[in-house]
Amino acid sequence: MKAFLILEDGTIFEGTSIGSARETISEIVFNTSMTGYLEVLTDPSYAGQAVVMTYPLIGNYGICYEDMESEKAWPDGFIVRELAEVPSNFRCEDTIQNFLEKYDIPGISGIDTRALTKRLRGKGVMNGMITTDESFNLDEILPRIRAYRTEGVVAKVTCSEKKVLPGDGYKVALMDFGAKKNIARSLNNRGCEVTIYPAFTKAEEILAANPDGIMLSNGPGDPKECTSIIEEIRRLAASDVPIFAICLGHQLMALAQGGDTYKLKYGHRGGNHPVKDMITGRVYISSQNHGYAVDEKSIPEDAEPSFTNVNDGTNEGIRYLKKSIYTTQFHPEACPGPQDSDFLFDRFMKMMEEKKNA
Amino acid sequence: MPKRSDIKKVMVIGSGPIVIGQAAEFDYAGTQACRSLKEEGLEVVLVNSNPATIMTDKDIADHVYIEPLTVPMLKEIIEKEKPDSLLPTLGGQAGLNLAMELEECGYLKEAGVELIGTTSLTIKKAEDREAFKETMEKIGEPCAPSMVVENVRDGIAFTNTIGYPVVLRPAYTLGGSGGGIAHNEKELMDILSNGLRLSRVGQVLVEKCISGWKEIEYEVIRDAAGNCITVCNMENLDPVGVHTGDSIVVAPSQTLGDKEYQMLRSASLNIINELEITGGCNVQFALKPDSFEYCVIEVNPRVSRSSALASKATGYPIAKVAAKIALGYTLDEIPNAITHKTYASFEPTLDYCVVKIPKWPFDKFIHAKRTLTTQMKATGEVMSICTNFEGALMKALRSLEQNIYDMEYPEFARMDDAELEKKLYRVDDRRIFCIAEALRRNFEPALIHEITKIDLWFIDKINNLVKMEARLKNEHLTPALLKEAKRMEYPDRVIAKLTGKTQDEIKQMRYDNGIIAAYKMVDTCAAEFDAATPYYYSCFDGENEAIPGNDRKKILVLGSGPIRIGQGIEFDFCSVHSVWAFREMGYETIIVNNNPETVSTDFDIADKLYFEPLTPEDVESIVRLENPDGAVVQFGGQTAIKLTEDLMKMGVPILGTSADDVDAAEDRERFDEILEECCIPRPAGDTVFTCEEAIEVANRLGYPVLIRPSYVLGGAGMQIAINDDDIRRFMEVINRTTQEHPILIDKYLTGREVEVDAVCDGEDILIPGIMEHVERAGVHSGDSISVYPPQNLTPRMIKLIARYTRALARALHVKGLINIQFIVYQDELFVIEVNPRSSRTIPYISKVTGIPIVKLAAQVILGKTIRELGYEPGLQPDADYIAIKMPVFSFEKIRGADIGLGPEMKSTGEVLGIAKTFHEALYKAFIGAGYDLPKTKQMVITVNDSDKMEAVDMAKRFKKLGYTIFATSSTARVLNKNGVFAIPINKVEMESPNILDLILDHHIDFVVDTPSKGEKSNDGFIIRRNAIETGVNVLTSMDTANALATSLENVQDVLTPIDIATIGTRG
Repeated sequence: MKAFLILEDGTIFEGTSIGSARETISEIVFNTSMTGYLEVLTDPSYAGQAVVMTYPLIGNYGICYEDMESEKAWPDGFIVRELAEVPSNFRCEDTIQNFLEKYDIPGISGIDTRALTKRLRGKGVMNGMITTDESFNLDEILPRIRAYRTEGVVAKVTCSEKKVLPGDGYKVALMDFGAKKNIARSLNNRGCEVTIYPAFTKAEEILAANPDGIMLSNGPGDPKECTSIIEEIRRLAASDVPIFAICLGHQLMALAQGGDTYKLKYGHRGGNHPVKDMITGRVYISSQNHGYAVDEKSIPEDAEPSFTNVNDGTNEGIRYLKKSIYTTQFHPEACPGPQDSDFLFDRFMKMMEEKKNA
Repeated sequence: MPKRSDIKKVMVIGSGPIVIGQAAEFDYAGTQACRSLKEEGLEVVLVNSNPATIMTDKDIADHVYIEPLTVPMLKEIIEKEKPDSLLPTLGGQAGLNLAMELEECGYLKEAGVELIGTTSLTIKKAEDREAFKETMEKIGEPCAPSMVVENVRDGIAFTNTIGYPVVLRPAYTLGGSGGGIAHNEKELMDILSNGLRLSRVGQVLVEKCISGWKEIEYEVIRDAAGNCITVCNMENLDPVGVHTGDSIVVAPSQTLGDKEYQMLRSASLNIINELEITGGCNVQFALKPDSFEYCVIEVNPRVSRSSALASKATGYPIAKVAAKIALGYTLDEIPNAITHKTYASFEPTLDYCVVKIPKWPFDKFIHAKRTLTTQMKATGEVMSICTNFEGALMKALRSLEQNIYDMEYPEFARMDDAELEKKLYRVDDRRIFCIAEALRRNFEPALIHEITKIDLWFIDKINNLVKMEARLKNEHLTPALLKEAKRMEYPDRVIAKLTGKTQDEIKQMRYDNGIIAAYKMVDTCAAEFDAATPYYYSCFDGENEAIPGNDRKKILVLGSGPIRIGQGIEFDFCSVHSVWAFREMGYETIIVNNNPETVSTDFDIADKLYFEPLTPEDVESIVRLENPDGAVVQFGGQTAIKLTEDLMKMGVPILGTSADDVDAAEDRERFDEILEECCIPRPAGDTVFTCEEAIEVANRLGYPVLIRPSYVLGGAGMQIAINDDDIRRFMEVINRTTQEHPILIDKYLTGREVEVDAVCDGEDILIPGIMEHVERAGVHSGDSISVYPPQNLTPRMIKLIARYTRALARALHVKGLINIQFIVYQDELFVIEVNPRSSRTIPYISKVTGIPIVKLAAQVILGKTIRELGYEPGLQPDADYIAIKMPVFSFEKIRGADIGLGPEMKSTGEVLGIAKTFHEALYKAFIGAGYDLPKTKQMVITVNDSDKMEAVDMAKRFKKLGYTIFATSSTARVLNKNGVFAIPINKVEMESPNILDLILDHHIDFVVDTPSKGEKSNDGFIIRRNAIETGVNVLTSMDTANALATSLENVQDVLTPIDIATIGTRG
């Protein structure tokens, strides 16, 4: 079946429908990872967005359900150049076609994803529609496409109730703004007992449980939209519990501490971004997925940038000097992407240890 | 970290002659590194024995030594140049080994030279099998169970504990020389004893065989601060068991999930960090296909063939960055030269698929074993880029220039199913076609996978191509089907063949439906950033990004494709220099080539690079887009010349000598007319098409005759026939490939061969020098020792050569380069071949005379005259030096290849000996080519009957040098009868001790073995092969043997290095 991707600037790509045939309007973003499409599809941070994979051959190793980073697939749409017909991998349980259908994700294949990426790079992220309706009327749909806003996505992706992953080490409260599973897993593997809280849990309730550390997860959407969460984070930060935050969590913490965030032209999504540790000078290749960034100039005086993106100089991490708070824009939990910064979880462990011994 | 200020003068060691396992990739890496060093204001001293390289240009380094790559010579050069540092990791294994030797003996420290980049400790940790294993164990990176042995007995004992099969890898050898897989004790003994001998340190690793596992490589780069990234990963289509240099390789990996990809990526970083490599490094893994189990196969702590491939596959200039790292920079300080927006610490990401296919020399060695093992056999490779795997594979296949354009292979089509299934087990260069045929016959992919262990994903992709073939055969050709076929890169000619239409019809249908190639950029970042580098590949499923420039006149330069015997790196030298010359003259240059190992395909050589196959259709697509003002074909070897006619049909003016005149030189009748007009004699001869005609002509001329197809390079298919049987046999071989052109038969004259390269502006001619061959006519010029200036020609003869050259160049209206080969026979001069194009000897003669011939030719092509360029026409005065070019062979790598020299070229590379005197130059050349003699002062002579009398004089000379001579019975009889004492030795089939025992036990310095014409027994062949595989030099021409004697008679105690860069441009 034919499918069309229509961008808000009127550009039309014709391809083949994959996954669900339903119509979708979303923000179109591109990801440059060459592997890890399943992790991308199940990363809740993509809620409210349709993802273009810049690597042309997708689905080569099929679907291995245990690699899912959350319980379901989140993007509004999936855009690829070519989908593998016969996947091959010893763990492969399903094809990506079936997966997309199963989770009702509409998509399009057979389009020039590079040309699309260049447009997104040139004009910045755009909204777009994926439709199988060949008789679409541009005049009618373009205003609808332009009107789309990614809103209320954290509420959509967060868990509905508290969940505990047992462990006999430190007790970590994980705020789920759309957490990838590997965050909890990384802590759990280090012996932590991880309690996953819904995004809108009150600080009071979390602190009452007396955690050794608090982990703020990644998540979708514009951080400034999360006003009530920011308020709670401010309260968490006021405690002396060590906090480690990733991506959206990092942005929310900055906002809670008086900093500012802004929308990047086309974001960072991929597994090849170099980030520089501002103290050691070491550069790590990181997994990234964010459309917003913290304005480094806006951060409070008692905080300092701990990581910077080598390519464009944007902020990639903050240390709050008077507190035991450490946040990163990139994803040390990887999945997909490089595991170079996995040691940051160890650093968090150490923060908790120091706190305990203090 | 900023650049170190204490480094001012750096020495770089090249990789020496092109041999199998060490090809043009090190010229590419070395050249890029030298340019990178010079960019930083450093003084660069370059040493390489290979004159055909670009790195040995004075444009590339400040001081250039084309000298034997030996420890004493390097010491001489260090004394003279006093560099403060030595960068050892860019010249391949050869350069690295030498640097290590200099370091280990304490010399570098003594001379105050610091090894920069990766340290010697690191190199030892990575290269020494035992140390490497220990290091891997320490950091928990698994290796296959293995043991380093120094004798066969230990090898057998260890194997008995881990079980057969085992892989054997000699330490410190190139391209897996002497390695192999042993399935039983007999094989183990054979391979192991051979490997022990070839290893520089007498060690062989015996390792549990993990063949059938996926072979995955990571190219990693690390700076001294410990920052590291992976530039690229690659997956071998052929599982473990085939040397990666002989495997079809795809980048990035295709069948690895993120979990496997990241697991191995992290392991690579783990390894490079533990080894503390500063610079580039290649890590090879075997990954068990049905689990996460993996093992580290090998780490190369240097720039390698794979890093050249990774550089071209991603656009990330590994050698350039590695050189900067050696100077102290960190990755985040080095700007990405492709994007100008990111830094070297940005990991490249691809939005296309890359396929590499090796180029094997089996067309040259038709009797060689085509089986692929852990010992590399390929001489070169091609790479292609496309948006899909099928397309990349199809493009790579046709880039090999084997007259194969699709997945069909007649030999397999003729087999029955049972035979075909059997063939699937055989791992050779044709396996991919065998798989395609099996799929065509509906063999289950699972069965094919079971047999070949090739991942099902690849088999499915091959199946897609086979299915497309069937659709084209059976379905009506709709625009949609045509578009899909083009997306998979089916060339028009194949679509025409399968649909029963003409190629023109297909092309027209494409144009009518807008199905044309679009060009995409290789930008290191999958379009995330706007890139500044015009490096393109084509696809049929996207929008075009290549915007033709129109501010300057444009010249299309056609490259020379994969490195193969007969067409090597020298044509890349010519292509690159012509590009530089055209750019200097204000033209926009566009290069088309498909060889990832070369300098010409580096991102900043031409104004635009199209990484594409060099077939008429692929070139036409570029021409349609770019509409160049002209094309030059005379620098790219036969690959480019072959495109002349098609370019003219496309309406592209051929710059320089016209196509018609090129044809006049090739066409027998037209050429004969020209010779007659100019009153220039040639050996009598005729053209034929059939075997009957050939026999008739041969008998009319009288045997021996030379027989060869026209329009070939490197003497492909050329043979000397001494009787009708020979003719029949050769004609059959020649006709095995389609013949569009006639076959030439000439009277064979055993004279002295002379060669000339010249530039002609249509009127005047500039001859930089004359080269004289040591071996008599009949040995291909590329395989002959060549001497400049000539030592045995009379002034009359030299004048005559110059006169004939001028007459021929003018008669052929040559504009640009011309190469002529002559024979001096009984004091008469005959022309045997004229090639109005660049030749193999151009780099050599340019360097030794200081005359930039390619640049002059490029300028002449664009209308300058020789006089305008400041040169007095005619034969130039002799340079101050004697330069001797010595061929180098890779026979030990090709099991079953006959090494006897003849009219068909067999050498893979060359070295130069340059000195003030003939004897020193000759000695240097022999040393450079690896003749480190004398050792045992024992030799074997076994010559054919016609050479026996000549052998007497030759033997006398060696006798005088103190050699003990062993000879086969008939040769011994003649020698003894003529007063040269020779010890008769039993022939191969006779009881021990026989000739083979002598050779295999290393009692022999060398063997002189001249093959009998139409050899009846296999004896000579067995002797030659065994000697080669034992590492014993074999001389198959009396002339080479005499030259060696001359050299040994004049052993030079002191060799004076000569800085080529000081040879001034003359004119």
